[in-house]
Amino acid sequence: MRNLFLAAVIAGATLTQPAHAALNVFACEPEWGALALELGGDNVSIYTATTGLQDPHQVQARPSLIAKARAADITVCTGAELETAWLPMVVQKSANANIKAGSSGSFEAASFVRLLDVPAKLDRAEGDVHPAGNPHIQTDARNILIVAKALSARFVLLDAASAPVYEQRLADFTSRWTASLAKWEAAAAPLKGTPIAVQHAGWVYMINWLGLKQIAILEPKPGVPASSGHLAQVLTTLERQPVKMIIRAAYQSDRASQFIGERTKTPAIILPFTVGGTDEAKDLFSLYDDTLKRLLAGAK
Amino acid sequence: MRVIASTLCAVALGLTAIQPVYAASDEAIAALRQEMKALRGDYESKIQDLERRLQQAEQRTPVQPDPVPPPPSAPSSPSAFNPAISVILNGSYAMSRNDPGAATVAGFALGEEAGRGDRGFSLGESEVAISANVDQEFFANLIVAIGGDGAIGVEEGYIQTTNLPWGFTAKAGRFFSGIGYLNEKHAHTWEFSDAPLPYRAMLENQYGDDGVELRWLAPTDFFLEFGAEWFRGDAFPAGGADDNGAGTVAAFVHAGDDIDESSSFLAGLSYLRTKALDRDTSGDIFTGSDDLAIASLVYKWAPDGNPVQTNVTLTGEYFFGREDGSFNGVPVDYERSGFYVQGVYQFIPGWRIGVRYAGLETDDVPVLLAGSVLDDFGYSPQAITALLEYRTSEFGRFRAQYTRDDAGLEPDDELVFTYTVSIGAHGAHSF
Repeated sequence: MRNLFLAAVIAGATLTQPAHAALNVFACEPEWGALALELGGDNVSIYTATTGLQDPHQVQARPSLIAKARAADITVCTGAELETAWLPMVVQKSANANIKAGSSGSFEAASFVRLLDVPAKLDRAEGDVHPAGNPHIQTDARNILIVAKALSARFVLLDAASAPVYEQRLADFTSRWTASLAKWEAAAAPLKGTPIAVQHAGWVYMINWLGLKQIAILEPKPGVPASSGHLAQVLTTLERQPVKMIIRAAYQSDRASQFIGERTKTPAIILPFTVGGTDEAKDLFSLYDDTLKRLLAGAK
Repeated sequence: MRVIASTLCAVALGLTAIQPVYAASDEAIAALRQEMKALRGDYESKIQDLERRLQQAEQRTPVQPDPVPPPPSAPSSPSAFNPAISVILNGSYAMSRNDPGAATVAGFALGEEAGRGDRGFSLGESEVAISANVDQEFFANLIVAIGGDGAIGVEEGYIQTTNLPWGFTAKAGRFFSGIGYLNEKHAHTWEFSDAPLPYRAMLENQYGDDGVELRWLAPTDFFLEFGAEWFRGDAFPAGGADDNGAGTVAAFVHAGDDIDESSSFLAGLSYLRTKALDRDTSGDIFTGSDDLAIASLVYKWAPDGNPVQTNVTLTGEYFFGREDGSFNGVPVDYERSGFYVQGVYQFIPGWRIGVRYAGLETDDVPVLLAGSVLDDFGYSPQAITALLEYRTSEFGRFRAQYTRDDAGLEPDDELVFTYTVSIGAHGAHSF
């Protein structure tokens, strides 16, 4: 009897749904929202939880996020503990079993990429360390393609009816991205070996990709604001090994990099870090266009 | 011995193998040869095919810029399924004009925990939180509080569903009720070091009890959550586990959303009805019912929604309650109300200042209870609190908190320094 009732409820629920509902995507960061749009098009409806002006480590588990997560078929996030301070709370409060950690509706981009900066020692005395490695994988454009393949496969898994659309869009994205990669890498050739300083250790993948040389980090430990004592040390380092520019993400305070920039006569430049970080970074393609434009301008 | 045996075996095998050859005809031999040749050819083509594919694969590899690493396999270990453990430690140094042990709130019978902390140095309540998923259906959480005097108590210990459909979540065990805003938050996540007056006076800081809870998150575009709870009724303002240990009920609705990119809010309406059977507060006995309604509003602001540099949190709650029954044998029916408003401002990373104002009101008492704790002597308790906070990281915090306490009949000044640290698993924070 109960089974019959359940069957009726399920049948009812299936019937009331439109023949083809779009996949509801809850993207933790703008880069993954933008990627989901490239790969899903009209077949996905995307909510992006953070903006390019917010620090993805420190987002509040706001009521609005919980409401949006309730309707989600899939969360598309960086993982590697980047969202550990807020996402688990949002998922738990959303009472949505589809997006529980480990389920097919929980997509973590970092689990498909070889992570750099894996800490040799796990100790909070080392600052805000991520046990799995540095989570800021989107700063290397090559990683986007790897994540795209995995995300497209996940869309197909969740929405098999639209598999041909996802596959076609992935093929299209792959060819456009590969062409852009070649363009970016050619444009970035003069940057090879350029010495830079960074505000937060958030650029290791970009440095690796473009062959930049990181001389100093303004934060004494990841996530710890720069103290005057540490900045004095950085100044001595930079006197010995001058850098071309000091890089920070759009969401970070300009104080430390302006301070060092003025004293060492080095330009302090903002990079978008993600889609929406600057006005020019409107989508994934313009994100890297703008990043390279700013890097090349800084290196002059 | 073994050598002989194997020699014998070999000879025997040889004999059997040779025999059919004698018997076989030339045609049979030719057929066999043919078959072997075919087999060899087959294998050769297969090997060639494999070699070709290997070569192709090798050529393809360098094209991939960053191959996907194999997923790490967890080493097998009996401790692999150990739950997440975190520990909260806090300590304080308190100064006050009056004896904190004799502190009162005029017109209110206080629960034991609602008193003020000791003067001087003291280790506050240490909390050990242990949590993990039970299986695909449940999550379990245990929070043990160890008092500075060594007394151990289960602060929360519950199981919670993770897999119910249609936005439902159910909880059972001992837990803090979802009423109000501060009530279900652990004391160490409050913005001030102590509970504001209405929480102290009407809920003995916060209401937690043994029971069950059901929540439903509505499928709306903004946050809309309904909850209902059913409790044993042992904790203040209940007492004595009346009605066969199921005499207390609570219900609440929470709603919230973003106002714009920089600000968001959470509002709540809650109702708690408790039954008390011989509730004992420092020798005063109450039997009857206690009704309490709470309206809550929280507003948070940060430039561009990025709270790292600066942020503001404003919180206000209004309590309205009524107790009906007998107090020390005298029939009573009185209403009381209370409120607090507070604001906390982070002006640079790591540093915050805050201010809180709280007040209470209560009805006049029957003549027979004149001079008892319920008699406010025409006095409205109030307190104003100022806070300075410094955080070394998300996990370490120091506070200096000054309170001008006009809650008792004798005004008091209180200055408390506290540290609070959290070690172990990194818990996510609620709004």
